[in-house]
Amino acid sequence: MTYLRPKFRHPDLPKNKLGYSIDFYEGALSTLCAGCGHDSISAGIIQAAYEMNVEPHRLAKLSGIGCSSKTPTYFLSNSHGFNSVHGRMPSVATGASMANRDLIYFGVSGDGDSASIGMGQFVHVIRRNLNMVYIVMNNGCYGLTKGQDSATADRGSKNKSGHTNLFNSIDLASLAIELGATFVAQSFSGDKSQLVPLIKAAMSHQGFAFINVISPCVTFNNNTGSTKSYDFVREHIEATATIDFVPEREEITTSYEEGSSKVVELHDGSYLNLHKVAKGWDPMDRLSAMNAVQKARINDEILTGLLYMNPESVDLHELIETTDRPLNSLTEKDLCPGSDKLVSINAGLR
Amino acid sequence: MQPLANKVNDFVVRFANVNGTGSASANYLFCKAIFRMGIPVTPKNIFPSNIQGLPTWYEVRVSEKGYLGRRDGIDLMVAVNPQSMKEDVASVSSGGYFLYDSSKMLNPDFVRDDIHYLGIPLMEMCNNAYTDARQRQLFKNIVYVGALCALLDIDFTVFESLLADQFKGKEKLIAPNIQALKMGIDFVHENFSYPLDIRVERRDLLGDAIITDGNSACGLGAVYAGATVAAWYPITPSTSVVEAFMDYSDEFRTDPITGKRNVAIIQAEDELAAIGMAIGANWNGARSFTATSGPGLSLMNEFLGLAYFAEIPVVLIDVQRTGPSTGMPTRTQQSDVLEAAYASHGDTKHILLFPSTPKECFEMTAQAFDLSEQLQTPVILMTDLDLGMNDHISKPFEWDDSTQYKRGKVLDAAQLDEIGRFGRYLDVDDDGITYRTYPGTHPTKGSFFTRGTSRDEYAAYTENSAAYQRNMDRLIKKWHTAQDYVPAPQVYQKSNQSNYGMLFFGTSQYSSEEAMDMLKEKNMACDALRLKAFPFNQTVVDFIHSHEVVFVIEQNRDAQLKSLLMIELGINPAKLVSVLNYDGMPITANFIYQQISSSLTNSRN
Repeated sequence: MTYLRPKFRHPDLPKNKLGYSIDFYEGALSTLCAGCGHDSISAGIIQAAYEMNVEPHRLAKLSGIGCSSKTPTYFLSNSHGFNSVHGRMPSVATGASMANRDLIYFGVSGDGDSASIGMGQFVHVIRRNLNMVYIVMNNGCYGLTKGQDSATADRGSKNKSGHTNLFNSIDLASLAIELGATFVAQSFSGDKSQLVPLIKAAMSHQGFAFINVISPCVTFNNNTGSTKSYDFVREHIEATATIDFVPEREEITTSYEEGSSKVVELHDGSYLNLHKVAKGWDPMDRLSAMNAVQKARINDEILTGLLYMNPESVDLHELIETTDRPLNSLTEKDLCPGSDKLVSINAGLR
Repeated sequence: MQPLANKVNDFVVRFANVNGTGSASANYLFCKAIFRMGIPVTPKNIFPSNIQGLPTWYEVRVSEKGYLGRRDGIDLMVAVNPQSMKEDVASVSSGGYFLYDSSKMLNPDFVRDDIHYLGIPLMEMCNNAYTDARQRQLFKNIVYVGALCALLDIDFTVFESLLADQFKGKEKLIAPNIQALKMGIDFVHENFSYPLDIRVERRDLLGDAIITDGNSACGLGAVYAGATVAAWYPITPSTSVVEAFMDYSDEFRTDPITGKRNVAIIQAEDELAAIGMAIGANWNGARSFTATSGPGLSLMNEFLGLAYFAEIPVVLIDVQRTGPSTGMPTRTQQSDVLEAAYASHGDTKHILLFPSTPKECFEMTAQAFDLSEQLQTPVILMTDLDLGMNDHISKPFEWDDSTQYKRGKVLDAAQLDEIGRFGRYLDVDDDGITYRTYPGTHPTKGSFFTRGTSRDEYAAYTENSAAYQRNMDRLIKKWHTAQDYVPAPQVYQKSNQSNYGMLFFGTSQYSSEEAMDMLKEKNMACDALRLKAFPFNQTVVDFIHSHEVVFVIEQNRDAQLKSLLMIELGINPAKLVSVLNYDGMPITANFIYQQISSSLTNSRN
């Protein structure tokens, strides 16, 4: 990049409960293409972390390889980051989470990283219900290698070079619901008002929180005939509900027409207030969520918003009964059985 | 018929069984009885990649002299598997014994005139004594152990105490086992002259030794070293490493009241995920490891490169088996040496440790965690199927309670406050090892981006050639530092006694030491060195340079360790003469002796 972002910020920028203004949550200057949907998602992550009063150093951001996986550099520069190998971020995040259950784990992946090379790890991290936020920045193409179709490109979708995709697409949100993911949402990089509350809710969820964000590739997949272009997505988007994220213990002030709103309580005591638009859909019911997503697909619609949430979610740490203390804080005293025990172990081997 | 020389405490018994018939515990009972009589004994399980129905063998070498390597030549065959009987008859040494189930008549083709036959109607005896089909099968094994008790003059009270130990809490199982043993003993007393010329005599040669397998020792070592995260994918012969870690964790890492555990053990979806998890946990400050074998090591290559380049500790236990590809999954080999040393694309080198005994498996596993954290790089423990899955006599495990884990250069919040700008890859101490921080340490200092891409001293992405090269050169500086961290080799002589040296590692130790004695007896004594680690340190260099010829003994076809010595130390290949065993069976002293003695004889002529 040939320019630098000015360091000057308005001195009266509002501060969150920790006393940080939003610039404290920013990262390095993005090197992605101008207008890339991914940058909007990064901005959404910054906004959500700021509003959630997250201590940046208590969050770890992890990614695989690809344009999307570069983004953790562009937000939360006071967080540790880990740009791992292609398609393997879920395993690294799993190990990291096992080492210290007290941090927030924020994973960023792309459609190549999750739906192709990393499909195995994506599927298995869902099975284990690892306590993390997992965002796929989904643009239906391989941006970093110049625009090849990815496994989420819709059949019949045309890319910039005029090539038509012959194969069925993998719908990551449906797959996640099918596999028993405990929080599944879908959004659009161009809809920050929806994306930010979803990210906040995902951070509040105890378990695997998946957000599939359609994020157009302005350089290689924003042409006429592409089903992941800004224009196409805007025309075909259908929200399940409007969403308000209500932090812990704050009174819910927004009121909706009787019968059309639903309050979803999250693990940390916060709420999601959903003003339902989709008919016959209940976000706590996996079957109806599945139905709604499939119906939308048939109608050429992209259903966005919270699709499914299981409030009874039991995460991996709870499943395998790890101690409440972070494992990385345990010392010789906690961990080493000592020479006494060896005496009896040796005796048992004679 | 040529009688066997009187062989007290010096013979090999082989059991030919059918997989899945309960023979393993009976055979182990036999082995352990000899161990309890204070006599060196070494069992080898030669088993198929199968759960039920295929031939399996268990070979027990008894050696007064304490030779614990495998020896060719079977003095007594216990043949209870009709499938393999032809082969089993043929494998008995001339003058040896063939114990078989005489419930059915022996095929006349199997009769040799140079061996002794001991027919015992095992099936018939058990059919008469038991009604339950499973019992009939299981106790057949115990009956032949009883027969061996009488034939080899094993102290019966040893069996009584072994059974008492084995069935603690299930005492009602003791009496039927005793009964089955006695059936065997009585049959021998009534039908054969006993004991045989091969037999045991009580000794006190073992001191406080234990008998156990290397994989359990590795699992225990990981518990003592404070490993808290284990991720793994099942693969023979490494599976029992993590299984042992699980068992010991149940015992030592579980709060008896809450049931909460100071450990997280994850069975991953494949080896890629397994090592990814281990790397993620180590990155986040927990000691973590995985265990695998050859095919898994191949899959882990990409991640090993990441851990090397991004400088993340990780411990990998590679229990080698016969390759390439799926190879012989249940046979042993030392054939992952080069693969492990240079795993992954680009310029990479990894620290390898070579244990030879269960005690070393325990200690080196623990040491691997220290080294890996001190040097911020993968450490691969190179054990093998023979060491991992067979029981070995070993010195007992020891632990110094004043041991503090060496966690390496990690900055905490207070230290971060004291220093200026933190540079993750800044070589402050000029040893190639830089300082790291764990996530979550400090609100504004010490965060950095871990990546497999090139980066500068402050962990910022760079494609600058000079910065890239500086980093690569620092990694080599760290590699040189590692030479003094890794365990020094075992040198067998205070000063050189010969122009010829033997160099070996891992499980070749047992047979190499025995071969040393054989060579000495024939006035061909060689000096010897047992390698314990890669990178090679100065002692290894000196040993090679101070000998005219060094015999490099290894258990693979391609002389992988020799290659490594040549590449890393620039040794003239003509100076390194390979002794290579690669048939999947543990190397024998006789093989080493033959190879070296013929080489020495030829060079003298």
